[in-house]
Amino acid sequence: MMTTENKICFQHGMRDGCPIALGYFAVAFTLGIAAKNAGLSAIQAFMASVLNNASAGEYAGFSLIAAGSTYLETAIMTLVVNARYLLMSCSLSQKLKPDTPLRHRMAIAYDVTDEIFGICVAQPGYLNPWYAYGAIVIAIPGWAFGTYFGVMMGNVLPTRVVSALSVGLYGMFLAIIIPPARKNKVIAGLVAAGFATSFLANRLSLFSGMSTGLKTIVLTVVLALLAAVLFPTDSVSKEEKKEEVS
Amino acid sequence: MEQNIWSYIFVMAAVSYLIRMTPLALIRKEITNKYLRSFLFYVPYATLAVMTFPAIMEATQTPIAGLLALLAGIVLAWKGCSLFQVAVLCCAVVFAVELLPFF
Repeated sequence: MMTTENKICFQHGMRDGCPIALGYFAVAFTLGIAAKNAGLSAIQAFMASVLNNASAGEYAGFSLIAAGSTYLETAIMTLVVNARYLLMSCSLSQKLKPDTPLRHRMAIAYDVTDEIFGICVAQPGYLNPWYAYGAIVIAIPGWAFGTYFGVMMGNVLPTRVVSALSVGLYGMFLAIIIPPARKNKVIAGLVAAGFATSFLANRLSLFSGMSTGLKTIVLTVVLALLAAVLFPTDSVSKEEKKEEVS
Repeated sequence: MEQNIWSYIFVMAAVSYLIRMTPLALIRKEITNKYLRSFLFYVPYATLAVMTFPAIMEATQTPIAGLLALLAGIVLAWKGCSLFQVAVLCCAVVFAVELLPFF
């Protein structure tokens, strides 16, 4: 049912989905080149993106296809590389009104990505599922067609343009984490610690055997756990509820 | 081979969806535990920060362009620019820096 409020949320979602779609297009374009190298047709790469919505996950999958791995290996790799979405979905479950019906929960689950998740948790108060749907209907075509065109015309765009477009996603991440960091010292410290530890994990040979996805999971869990133990916060829900009323 | 690739794609899709759907479908109540709530509240900031740096320096052709885009993004976001503005200006920084002959 599309009430007026749902309609407004849907439109807001579409608006916020636009920069995501642009960034997706650029990233998916480079992903399409990897898909082509793995032997996928443009339509297969398109469907892989429609069904997976995961850059690192798809990239890992394509390299396993190229290597002729087993389905089991592919399943396990997908699980490991995408495990951060498990954390994100847990976190997102707390943004939904407890009485949100199962069909909405199952529909949102389709596209819990770094970016969609990022803009959804940045919403004040409870998340209206229609906001997520608005963002998804804009973002998914960007992602899927980006992959498609990546396969079709992989090397047509100048590398300089691909290079510039590929930081768009990181710009979006910054727009999500920096404003709350400005207001909240713990978040600011957490972001700084995230940058520093991630940099170290990339350099230290101790971590060299770990995939990028696994590093992300380990660092996320350790840092968020430390922050939670050292600076537990129960003001979170109160603040959100206040904003919702106003 | 043709069929094979489709099977791979469906295996990947099924795993990806289950990972995302299970917590959303199963966690119906508000979590009351203070520490668990705090942990889930901090997760997005930790994970997005970890994913941004140093990856942004590897996404560009020259690491310095990525680093400058990072700094520009932090300043712009701090000053309250919108999601779209920050994203586009970060791209513009990289494009401009990589045009310069000495990088």
